[in-house]
Parts: sequence; C-alpha cells; structure tokens
Amino acid sequence: MAKQYETVIGLEVHVELATKTKIFCGCSTAFGGEPNTHTCPVCTGMPGSLPVLNKQVLEYAVAVGLATNCSITQYCKFDRKNYFYPDNPQNYQISQLYLPICRNGKVEIETENGRKFVGIHEIHMEEDAGKLIHDEWDDCSLVDYNRSGVPLIEIVSEPDMRSAEEVIAYLEKLRMTIQYLGASDCKLQEGSMRADVNLSIREVGAKEFGTRTEMKNLNSFKAIARAIEGETERQIDLLEAGEKVVQETRRWDDNKGESYAMRSKEDAQDYRYFPEPDLVPIVLDDAFLEEIRAKQPEFREEKMRRYKEEFDIPEYDIEIITGSKHMADIFEATVALGSQPKKVSNWLMVETLRLLKENAMDPEDIRFSPEHLAKLISLTDAKKVNSSVAKEVFEVMFNEDVDPEKYVEEKGLKTVNDEGALRKTVEDVIANNPQSVEDYRNGKEKAIGFLVGQTMKAMKGKADPSMVNQLLKELL
Amino acid sequence: MANIISDETIEYVGILAKLELSGEEKEQAKKDMGSMLDYIDKLGELDTEGVEPMSHVFPVKNVFREDVVTNGDMREEILKNAPGEKNGMFAVPRTFE
Repeated sequence: MAKQYETVIGLEVHVELATKTKIFCGCSTAFGGEPNTHTCPVCTGMPGSLPVLNKQVLEYAVAVGLATNCSITQYCKFDRKNYFYPDNPQNYQISQLYLPICRNGKVEIETENGRKFVGIHEIHMEEDAGKLIHDEWDDCSLVDYNRSGVPLIEIVSEPDMRSAEEVIAYLEKLRMTIQYLGASDCKLQEGSMRADVNLSIREVGAKEFGTRTEMKNLNSFKAIARAIEGETERQIDLLEAGEKVVQETRRWDDNKGESYAMRSKEDAQDYRYFPEPDLVPIVLDDAFLEEIRAKQPEFREEKMRRYKEEFDIPEYDIEIITGSKHMADIFEATVALGSQPKKVSNWLMVETLRLLKENAMDPEDIRFSPEHLAKLISLTDAKKVNSSVAKEVFEVMFNEDVDPEKYVEEKGLKTVNDEGALRKTVEDVIANNPQSVEDYRNGKEKAIGFLVGQTMKAMKGKADPSMVNQLLKELL
Repeated sequence: MANIISDETIEYVGILAKLELSGEEKEQAKKDMGSMLDYIDKLGELDTEGVEPMSHVFPVKNVFREDVVTNGDMREEILKNAPGEKNGMFAVPRTFE
C-alpha cells in the first residue's frame, strides 16, 4: 500500500504598515514618488545619522498583537541583522530577534473541515529595503531608496497548517483583522502583504517534522495554493524515489508552475544579530496596552453576527459587505442616515460590485459618500427618479461622488409627474403607432410594451413606467 | 595568547565581511583577533550571576517620534553620496542575489 503523507506548513507574513512616514525618519511612505525623492540621511544609512522610532508603528504592531491573542513584550528592543546587499545602505536591517514585540498568539480559522486554531509564534517590527533594478544597458544595478525604511511587521506562524485551504483561510483572517484595524491595506498584488511558505511533509502519524523548504515570490492567493500543491508533490516524489529533501529557499515561478532553488542551507547567511545601540529600549506599561485595547474595532465575526440580528438582509450580502471594512462603514453610515438596509445593501451588492469589477477596483477604493447614497435612495423612494435614471446617476456618483440631488436637478433628470404632459405624449404615441394599437386591441398583450417604450423614449426616460402603463391602458 | 584563531575562522569572517585578504594579512588578522578576544575575556572574570544583560548604558527609554512627514525632497543632496548616478538612482556594480 502506498504511503500516506501529510503536509506541514508554517507562514512568515510581512505586512507593510499604513503609516504616513517611515519607521525611523520623517520621510514620506507615499507610493509612486520619483526615485529617491523620499530619502534622507537616516534611510540611506549615512554615518552619524540616528534613527528614532515612529510611535504609530509601535501602536499598530501592538494592536495587531492584541487582535491575534498575543502576549505583548513589555520590555522590547531592536536588533541589527547584518548583511551586505545594495538594497540595504546601512549594511544591516533594523529588526527584532531577541525580544519581539508580540509572542505566543493564535487565530481561529474556518475551512470545510471545520474550525481550528493556528498559533502565532511571534510578530516583530522591522524596516523594508530599497528597490534594485538591473540595468542591462550599462551593466550596473540602480537603487531607489524610497522603500528603504518603510515600516513592516513580520508575523511568524507556528507550523500548524496542513493544507492550502488552511493557509488561505489563515491569510484571509490576518488580512481582515489588519484591515479592520486600519494598520495596512494588505494587498498581495501590490506587495503590502507578502507571504513566505515553509513546507515539509511527513508520513501520516509521524511525530517528527520532515526537512522543510521555504518558498518565496508568492503574490496572490492562487499562486500560494498552486505553490503549496507543487511543493508537496515535489517533496513526495523525492521521498518516494528514495532521495532526500534539501533544506533550502526556493523561488516560485507561477507562470511555469514550478519552483527553483535560490540558496541552500549550506550557504545560508550568518546574520550576526546584535542589539541595536542607536535605539533605546521600549517599555510598555499596562495603561498603554489598555489604551490600545480600548481602540480595537468591532471585528468581522462580531459584525456579521450583529448584522444578522439587526438587519433584514441575506447572509450572502452580509458576507460580502463585511468582507471590506470600508464597505461595511459605508453600509452602516448610510443606514444611520435613515435608508432602508435592504436598499443600501442592494446598491452595494449589485451596482457597486459591478462597477468595481468593470474598473478592476477593490472595495477599499470606493469614493462615494454615505450621504450621497442616502440621498439617491430617498430620490428613488419618493419616485423623483425612476430606476434606470437612478442607475445612471449612481454611476456618475461612483466615479465622481457627485451630490445626486444637485445632479438630477442640473441635468433635468427628474421624473415628470405632471399627468397632463404625460397624457399628451401618450396620446401622440397612440396616434403615431396605429399598427401596435390595433395589435393590442386584437388581443396581443405584448404590443403595449412597445408603446410604453416609445413613450419613455419621447419622455427621454424621465417618466414613471408604471404610470405610463396605466395611462396607456386607460386611453386604449 | 589564549585565543587561537583558526584558518577556517579567518576565512569565514573574510567571506562575511566581503574582504579578500592576502596570506600575510590573514596571519596579522588572526593575531589581532586573538588578542582582542583575550582582552574581552577579562570581562569573564567578573561575577555577573543574576545581572540582566544590558544593551544601553544610559537610563533612557521610550524615545518616539510622531507620524508626521518632516522631510521634503532632498534627492539632489542624497545622490551626492552615490558612487554613480543614473535616472535619479544610485548606480552600483551589477548585483544579483
């Protein structure tokens, strides 16, 4: 009988924090600046420059630690990790080895196989490196230090995951938690969340772990799932062929669907960590932790439970809406302005999702205000605009966050409720379409649809279709 | 000298520091490192039982800055420190991991 194997996975997740400035200097972290325009002596490692910790970095790290049930290290320090590479102008990265800010946490995940906890070994604060571009033309490397010193936290899990599904559920859980805290936008594609996968296999029932490999360059959930499946197979094939798994770092090529070795344990680097002498220790008292704890938001699970009780909307809607803190905020604010939850949910679920998809945007990118959505809903409730006009207005609102009341007024999109004017148009339509009129009178019910359409067209869409229908029936 | 540095150690330290040493320099470096370690060993004579390891000599803690942008664009100044420059970037010898 063939041997049964199980996959053992631990994750190292880097998250870029949503601060305005870098971790140790007052340079902007804004994305997309011209190369090296967000640099200073500190983040380019000039001799004599001194780092000072950004307080917001500490607060975000502690907030993530509390939300993931970690114990917070109340006497905490930074260490230097030494390596030579041009993306790192100091020749060391300021990180934490001996006393990381958070330890011993856990988060609960849910998959088809039920619920389980994934342990968090530690979370530490560190700085990002610069960006290296290889110039083929001049045979040199070019460095942009705008990223150098951008604050990161690294979340190191225990080897508690056993499948790609569990890994994705764990990452989703981290992403939701961190997004709800506002500590990062956690976009894998844009690199504000990066996951390295440590994976080994062993025979089912074995106590010891197998030799693990570390996989890098995974920038989507799909790539992570494929890499896990690919690496599991590769390791099983090795063992089945009587060979050994080599402990090494591998780079996943998602286009080819395979990985290749970057460096093995033999030439793994010796980082010679030592305490960072330029930064003083961080001592956190209970009052500080309480302050951060008090600021923790309502997280997704609690929100979902509350929505189920408070609002009469489908479970699927709740899942989608709470899947983005920003969308949930818009939903709640619009409802608070008096709009009916079901109607708010419909605008978000149908038109908003459609436009997000068409524009390849994330829910985080939604720009329209709850006030404007509430106004649009009351315009339709009062039958001041019909549903197709409302959709048009919504699209403009989605793109430019216009005030729907003003927009409808300016563009003259209000439904004509003046029965006299409408009656006149309906009479004209009847006079101009004798064939359809005859068809209708001969029992072809469908013919009335054509007449409604003609009337709406003549009214430039600004009529209430049910009122048109009623008038037509009356006049025919 | 109580601390004898082996050829392997000096070779390894050279690799870590990205230094290429001649045979003569290696011998000198072995001697220097040995005597430095001897000097440091003096500390081992102290009784440090129950003393917390210290990484700072000053009784200072919790020095933070607020998350406010204070630096403007100083690219021109910064690039003066670059060994070479191209398209607003530091140009360095071609490097691959």
